[in-house]
Amino acid sequence: MSAVPAEQETVESLAEAVNVASDTIDQYLTFIMDNEEYGVDILSVKEIRNWDSATPIPKAPSHVRGVINLRGTIIPIIDLRQCFGMKAIEYGPLTVVLVLQVNAPDRAYREVGIVVDAVSDVYSLEADQIKPAPQMSDKVNANYIRGLANIKGEMVILLEINHLLGQSDLSDLSEVRDVLKQVEKAVH
Amino acid sequence: MTIELSQFFQVFFEESFEGLDVMESGLLSLDPENIDNEEINSIFRAAHSIKGGSATFGFSSVADFTHVMETLLDEVRSGSRSISQDTVDLFLQSVDCLRELLQGLQAEEEVDTTRAVELRGQFEEILGVAPGAETTGEPAAGPQSAGWHIVFNPCEDMLQTGNEPVRMFFQLAELGQMTVRTDISRLPSFSGMTLENCYFSWEIDLIGPAIAKSSIDEVFEWVVDDCDIIITPLAAEHSVTVDAPAATSVPVETQADIPVPAAATSIDEPATETGLASAKDAAPAVAKTGAPKKNESGSIRVDIEKIDTLINMVGELVITQSMLGQIGADFTFDKIGKLQEGLQDLERNVQVLHESVMQIRMLPISFTFNRFPRMVRDLSRQLGKKIELVVKGEQTELDKTVMEKIGDPLVHLLRNSLDHGIEKPEVRVAKGKPETGIVSLNAFHQGGNIIIEITDDGNGLPRDKILKKAQANGIVGPDAHLTDEQIHDLIFQPGFSTAEVVSDVSGRGVGMDVVRRNIQELGGHVSVKSKEGQGSTFSISLPLTLAILDGQLVRVGKQVYIFPLVSIIESLSVDMKQVSTVAGACDLLRLREDYIPIIPLYDAFGIEPDSRNLENSLIVIVESEGVKVGLVVDELQAQQQVVIKSLETNYQSVEGISGATILGDGTVSLILDIAGIVKMAQGIGINDLSSGQQAA
Repeated sequence: MSAVPAEQETVESLAEAVNVASDTIDQYLTFIMDNEEYGVDILSVKEIRNWDSATPIPKAPSHVRGVINLRGTIIPIIDLRQCFGMKAIEYGPLTVVLVLQVNAPDRAYREVGIVVDAVSDVYSLEADQIKPAPQMSDKVNANYIRGLANIKGEMVILLEINHLLGQSDLSDLSEVRDVLKQVEKAVH
Repeated sequence: MTIELSQFFQVFFEESFEGLDVMESGLLSLDPENIDNEEINSIFRAAHSIKGGSATFGFSSVADFTHVMETLLDEVRSGSRSISQDTVDLFLQSVDCLRELLQGLQAEEEVDTTRAVELRGQFEEILGVAPGAETTGEPAAGPQSAGWHIVFNPCEDMLQTGNEPVRMFFQLAELGQMTVRTDISRLPSFSGMTLENCYFSWEIDLIGPAIAKSSIDEVFEWVVDDCDIIITPLAAEHSVTVDAPAATSVPVETQADIPVPAAATSIDEPATETGLASAKDAAPAVAKTGAPKKNESGSIRVDIEKIDTLINMVGELVITQSMLGQIGADFTFDKIGKLQEGLQDLERNVQVLHESVMQIRMLPISFTFNRFPRMVRDLSRQLGKKIELVVKGEQTELDKTVMEKIGDPLVHLLRNSLDHGIEKPEVRVAKGKPETGIVSLNAFHQGGNIIIEITDDGNGLPRDKILKKAQANGIVGPDAHLTDEQIHDLIFQPGFSTAEVVSDVSGRGVGMDVVRRNIQELGGHVSVKSKEGQGSTFSISLPLTLAILDGQLVRVGKQVYIFPLVSIIESLSVDMKQVSTVAGACDLLRLREDYIPIIPLYDAFGIEPDSRNLENSLIVIVESEGVKVGLVVDELQAQQQVVIKSLETNYQSVEGISGATILGDGTVSLILDIAGIVKMAQGIGINDLSSGQQAA
């Protein structure tokens, strides 16, 4: 965002400039999983921390790793790899947990940690750089994907985490897997 | 300028409910023969502020109704009218009625005013006023006159109360065409003038079609106590002539040559109402007590003292922190003593801080107890019994959430004591007891719990009758040997009632089991002691707060779980001779004539234990709603108090888990939901056993 010389600008155009900036440029934090790059809206990322052991929840599906104590709050940890139907791997020194603030559509906001292979970069993307998600079969919910962005020839899948992790039941995310598969197919 | 009044609604409702409580308790202690002026005054003040508030917020149904009550109260207060027991009853009914009206308004529902109208008719009958007259504040000329002539003569100190006449004039000007003449005849000489005083009075002609008088009253709402106002409808021809100079004259034009006599003698009707006692007097009386609200309200009133302690503690904490910071900035090993000292301070501060924060949620139990005198009074009349209620320990403090949930079980127990416990006067006299039965409510602290006792000197529990009934219902076997205590305990079984006549008050057999369940949900328990012919005592024990739980740390495999201590009966090491295996279902443990299903926690939760061999493994017997199960665990660890955290905030509810807590090492540990686990167990086929268990 370029600084606007305030003296030469009228108030209206200044406001306009600010508006334009906030409307069209969003910043995304991207991370790597299985050599694939994914992005989330940076405003939803609360913190990035190293993987530490979590207390498992009885009878929870394998992608729910358990709950951790984040300064007195109990937060569930979701393994995104398993959510996306990828092969589970051993957690290494690069494995990180992104703590996300999710504004769920049908409930008050919640905080969820996701385990990813490694954090990659932060990109500022204008609205016209983001392409809509490819056409998918009617069966799946396309809301999970905000869009696709081509950065230096690589495709980044931007996730809509409010839909992805805002569901009231986090133990069944099989639909996400189907969406991702179709997106992959369309991209490659 | 418009103020959004709705932001004050919540406060108004809270204060009104408090006011109603003040009225109710005042009325209950009112002795018609010998009226205590203080009592009448406090009732009057409460009624008055409810009226004032509701008029301000435009709840005319409440305001009109309270007005009639107030008029009667005022006559009693001034001694010009005596009060009878029937009138007191009428007042009590009106308090109920007002409460309903206010609750309706609060819930933004359509309110049913038929009862209010009916009661108002009765009041008016007593007052000797024709229904409808005088109460609406609408003079005969009606709201449709061509305009109004207002003489506004404020007291000198009106400005000091923050009332600005110009602002009121602006508001009036919005209603219609306005002409204002200022009378400066009261203006003292320059030397005698005080800057803050108002020496003007005004004459205002307000012309416009269909200006309601109430909207003018509204403008002057806040100043009626500090001024004289005369509002008269303009004669029709007058309005035509005044039309000529027609200046919608704001800012105010000053016409010194038209002196207006200060009309102090005749005061208009709305001024009379509010002039009886200024709203300032009424406020403190209402603020004294809080309202026992049924629905869980979002706000809480906290003693300023508690807040001050809290602020002090935070101050101490800041000091300790800066001290530790200094030590840490350039640490050498000779400072280790200081460091330890600082850490000890920190620990103490945190502990006190924790306690004071908990204190904020604590309210005296009188919030709940306050509703009982009325209930006892009404019920004893209905039942034709003479009963005195003695309340002790009403200052005992209890967590707000616990308090909100204990109300209904208490009501139930109290009704039971009144209905079944206390005998009719003639029976009592025949037994050589005093005619008036005594029911006492007592609350006190014991250890980390609060104990609430309900004692009556009535009939006591009929031991034989209970036993017979239990045998008839198949709850106990025909030849079971039970102690008195066990028999008394039977009344908490589902579907149990020995009342011969099902009365309106109690005796439908749904009750005591619900009471026990409700109390258990709060982590407490209820028991009864009774001596036939001499009375019974129900004793409820509750945890002080729901935010903290006494827990037993239990390890299974690598996981540590927390058992609520209240649900643990005992723990033992298994002797295989006691275990019988049932094909297709779970194993049973024979324990003192009971068969208890064994649930390996590792299977239920799908974790890897130290050993799957039942021989010599550790079993914790837990109970929920009368059903016992044995849970197989690996190790019993420490007992400690844990702070309960919700799993649902960020995740979702999990079967068999009621919440989570954070242990000393910072890891999360899950708290078991015993009731849920018992249900899970029943799912795997011990259904039939739990009933067999009771019969055994």
